[in-house]
Amino acid sequence: MNTAPGALQFRDVEKRVPNDNALVVGEGDGALFTDGLLSGATPYDVEAVRADFPILHRPVRGRPLVYLDTAASAQKPAQVIEAERSFYAEDYANIHRGLYFLSQRATQRYDEARRKVKSFLNARHEHEIIFTRSATEAINLVAASFGEAFLKEGDEVLITGLEHHSNIVPWQMLREKKGIVLKVAPLNDTGEVPLEDFTKLLGPRTRLAAFAQVSNALGTVLPVAQLTRVAHAAGAKVLIDGAQSIVHMGTDVQALDCDFLVFSGHKLYGPTGIGVLYGKEALLDAMPPYQGGGDMIANVTFEKTTFAPLPTKFEAGTPAIAQAVALGAAIDYLTELGIERIVAHEASLLDYASRRLSAIKSLAILGTAAEKASVISFIMHGVHPHDIAQVLDSRGVAVRAGHHCAQPVMARFGVPATVRASFGLYNTTAEVDALAEALERVERLFVR
Amino acid sequence: MSESLDLCDLYQEAILDHGRHPRNRRAMSDCTHLAHGENTSCGDEVVVFLKTDGEGVIRDVAFDGQSCAIATASASLMTEVLIGKTSAQAKSLLDRFHALVTGGEEAAVDGMEDELERLAMLSGVRDYPVREKCATLAWHTMLAALENPKAKGA
Repeated sequence: MNTAPGALQFRDVEKRVPNDNALVVGEGDGALFTDGLLSGATPYDVEAVRADFPILHRPVRGRPLVYLDTAASAQKPAQVIEAERSFYAEDYANIHRGLYFLSQRATQRYDEARRKVKSFLNARHEHEIIFTRSATEAINLVAASFGEAFLKEGDEVLITGLEHHSNIVPWQMLREKKGIVLKVAPLNDTGEVPLEDFTKLLGPRTRLAAFAQVSNALGTVLPVAQLTRVAHAAGAKVLIDGAQSIVHMGTDVQALDCDFLVFSGHKLYGPTGIGVLYGKEALLDAMPPYQGGGDMIANVTFEKTTFAPLPTKFEAGTPAIAQAVALGAAIDYLTELGIERIVAHEASLLDYASRRLSAIKSLAILGTAAEKASVISFIMHGVHPHDIAQVLDSRGVAVRAGHHCAQPVMARFGVPATVRASFGLYNTTAEVDALAEALERVERLFVR
Repeated sequence: MSESLDLCDLYQEAILDHGRHPRNRRAMSDCTHLAHGENTSCGDEVVVFLKTDGEGVIRDVAFDGQSCAIATASASLMTEVLIGKTSAQAKSLLDRFHALVTGGEEAAVDGMEDELERLAMLSGVRDYPVREKCATLAWHTMLAALENPKAKGA
């Protein structure tokens, strides 16, 4: 990786992220904001970064791969791939139970990964980091366990109109089970969730507000710090779905003051099969276990079982050990490259792509929020998104076409599907050009 | 799926034409059979209308709905080839068409070579397994319609 000598330390970096949260993060530390946020970020050499990603050098359909589906899953740098390989080759054994060298070594590596996540999120304690299978599982864990302990019939959970199905369905399942009420803060025409509409839906029975920080379908960045404040003021706990946002901006759970935050490893340039639930210690302590099994117990007899303390109380069974280690490597990679520089790079790509795509006559961008992550959802008049994606694929351009697991968002905009191009730290303006040229071909083929 | 594909095999000019100017895309108020079909994963929707005579021969076919170029062209072509067929022939054509777009075992020919030749323009779909559902949506909906006669006076 091309590491600039002056690469910022993470704590420094996250204070410079230009969004609503950053303002909170910077409270009491305002000096950091006076020097121009993004303009202070030294650009990195994107070609050198691309050299770290083996798959980007694989031709597709006889052309160079143009990978614009990072919002679905990010590609992996060699450092992450190697971390997983070398862990299996050199340090692997099951954790927590061996008295032998390798088991202790593997346990250390797993614990070290948890420490990296803790620093990355600026959590207060390591044991506030629970490893799960995915962000989806982390939300299901909260719905099942927090729901079991704290929600009764008639209690309300507030979500927003831009949620991924993973932040809708678990609450609907809880509604079936416990008779809770699910409320939805509406989207406006630009794809934002107006604060006043959200606030209006908070009430004395609202126990939890659960919302994404970044919409996977539209790219909208929600003002999560503000939403958290008003939800807390109403007495509700807050869960932030960070699956999309964590990769695009620094995340400081203490500054946000959220009660829960979830994300997945594979969207963070890490492996599949690993996700994270952050929860405040007091809450996690008060919640019952999610699954029963090995590792999550202190003592078992047939009469009674006592549960292990955090975090293992919530990590029944052998976890994704190698994937946790490789997630740690992904966090190292991003931290070394510098979140601030990634934010700046993606912001300039988004800006360029928005201008380039807006120039295509039959194309309309859905989601025009003032604050957006590097995701562009669009339709072309008279062409189905699947046909667009098919033509793009023939040019080696990989985009997503469909409802993006956010059918209510599609319904809000009155379309069955959109095409989504999403940009990551390795994308280039030349790739945006390739996308635009392929879209011009779509126009020639289908729009007459 | 092969690595290097010529997109023209999928989007032949004739297919694009059916996609842009679909035949028989209209509602049919006096149909004898109808069914609604959708591919939830891509949001394609289609309604297929059939009108059969006393002998069970298909006298009119129409479809309505919004879908991709492949699904629209396939529905459009289907409406053209089904006119004058019995329901047994329609089912046989569906089997043949399914084999055509999936690259599967082809059923025996039963005197509908002209129809099959017309449908062959969609054979490029077999190189794009994800699109198979697009190409067969109207056909499966047609089968459902055949099994769903409209109640008299409904």
